[in-house]
Amino acid sequence: MKILAIDTSSMATSVAVLEDNKLICEYIINTKKTHSQKLMPMIENMLNISDININEVDVVAVCEGPGSFTGLRIGMATAKAIAHVNKLPIVGINSVEILAGNMNLCDKNICSILDAQRTKVYMGQYKFENNELIEIKNVDVVEIDELIEELSNSNEEWILVGEAVYKYEDKLRLVDNIHIPAASHNVSKASSLCSLAMNKYNKNIGVYDCYNINPIYIRKSQAEVEYEEKMKRLNDGK
Amino acid sequence: MKDIITLAVESSCDETAVAVLKNGREILSNIINTQIELHKKFGGVVPEVASRKHIENIDAVLEEALTEANITLNDIDHIAVTYGPGLAGALLVGLSHAKALAFTLNKPLVGVNHIEGHVSANYIEHKDLKPPFITLIVSGGHTHLVEVKDYGEYEILGRTRDDASGEAFDKIARAMGLGYPGGPIIDRLAKQGNKNAIDFPRAFLDDGYDFSFSGLKSSALNYLNAKKMKNEEIVVEDVCASFQEAAVEVLSKKAIKAAKEKGYDIIALAGGVASNSALREKITELGKENNIDIKYPPLILCTDNAAMIGCAGYYNFINGRIHDMSLNAVPNLKIGDR
Ligand SMILES: [Zn+2]
Repeated sequence: MKILAIDTSSMATSVAVLEDNKLICEYIINTKKTHSQKLMPMIENMLNISDININEVDVVAVCEGPGSFTGLRIGMATAKAIAHVNKLPIVGINSVEILAGNMNLCDKNICSILDAQRTKVYMGQYKFENNELIEIKNVDVVEIDELIEELSNSNEEWILVGEAVYKYEDKLRLVDNIHIPAASHNVSKASSLCSLAMNKYNKNIGVYDCYNINPIYIRKSQAEVEYEEKMKRLNDGK
Repeated sequence: MKDIITLAVESSCDETAVAVLKNGREILSNIINTQIELHKKFGGVVPEVASRKHIENIDAVLEEALTEANITLNDIDHIAVTYGPGLAGALLVGLSHAKALAFTLNKPLVGVNHIEGHVSANYIEHKDLKPPFITLIVSGGHTHLVEVKDYGEYEILGRTRDDASGEAFDKIARAMGLGYPGGPIIDRLAKQGNKNAIDFPRAFLDDGYDFSFSGLKSSALNYLNAKKMKNEEIVVEDVCASFQEAAVEVLSKKAIKAAKEKGYDIIALAGGVASNSALREKITELGKENNIDIKYPPLILCTDNAAMIGCAGYYNFINGRIHDMSLNAVPNLKIGDR
């Protein structure tokens, strides 16, 4: 069984194919070029060199978010169209879980972060127990300073993983119980997405089709936030 | 000759649309999922809200288009998709989807300019229409006077220097609290008003082919403010009729002037404002006086739709203008650009 995985949640575009338990190919480009320019040429190139026809794919796995709104939709639209043509199941995995998956079998607690603009990050907390990734804290959007405070006050050792680590590296390096992995682990990886998706697919958790899967944004659009604030002010009679 | 089947996708603004065409000009299906209701409370299209809706709906709209056309994806010869101009986030949903469809189906991908799509809506309605002709493209985002030299070959004669015509309609409607979108509301109310009640300015700009609607817009807004200050009654119908008349007169006269000076006897209207009844009447009347045939698409093809994209895409396809998988959205794509 072949899984094609697509991750466009952060700046890196990443695609991979897993066949049963064997990673056949993975392609990551972590540059500022848009996902729209990178994603399809990467899929085309990778499958071509790997002698895989797109029609051999059995399951599509996609990062469902949170992350860059536009990025998520480019990956999701691509996954949906491929799944639509060949009537394939789509497995959605969230971005923080994919990053935690990069730290497979490590014995420290894992906190994944993705940039959520200004001083906020999307965050999820995990640990490995009996070879399984266990969620400690559900995905959320938080202030980076509050997160650092929370982690430094805990009595646990933490690995902070994700592209956003570099944005706050100076602060993070000052905290004794926070550790930053090597660059190879700090980028969203479609290979990690493949493994998590295979696991979920086998357990029939988080399996969708092209009509019912959608990005998880966590945050409302700015216009909706402002509209709700306006309505609240009006209702309060101010 | 074998029929050519086009599958077209459009998501540049607030409609998610998919269409299937046969030989470029025959509509087999034309499904439009509009988000107008969703954006009303914001008083205009919110790009992020529009993009979120596109990704939710696109597969259902595609399936409906295939079902209504009674074909499967394998019957398609090529895929046409809008890649600009429009809202970047919105464009990227349809474009990413269409690219992956084309790749998985192993069919050619044709990127289409949305404005060229609007012009092509005329080919669907008027089976004998062939270039060359003059086209007046009027919508919420665009006001262009263009010479259509051949299929897919355009020369811009004039454009708006400030607001698009449709934008001016929307702003005046908002100033009078009439709701969104403003164009159709003004058109409806104007029918009960006196178009000579208020003498709003017409900007002919030294007789060139460019347009300007900011003067007209400010003049109408000033009129409304002055009335409010003096606590005088505003006859909304008269304001609508007079404002519309001023806009429509400039648009019509400039289009007729272009046709006469360039030696054409056909003008095709295109874009959302091409559904404005006063514009249709005025330009048809001037056309009769000058022996110029005025053509416009039916209402359903004036608003954003994928059939028009499919038609423009068909002509790109048969002329060998296809794209590869690196095609990106171009939010400010100009007419005639490749
Ligand atoms: Zn349009």
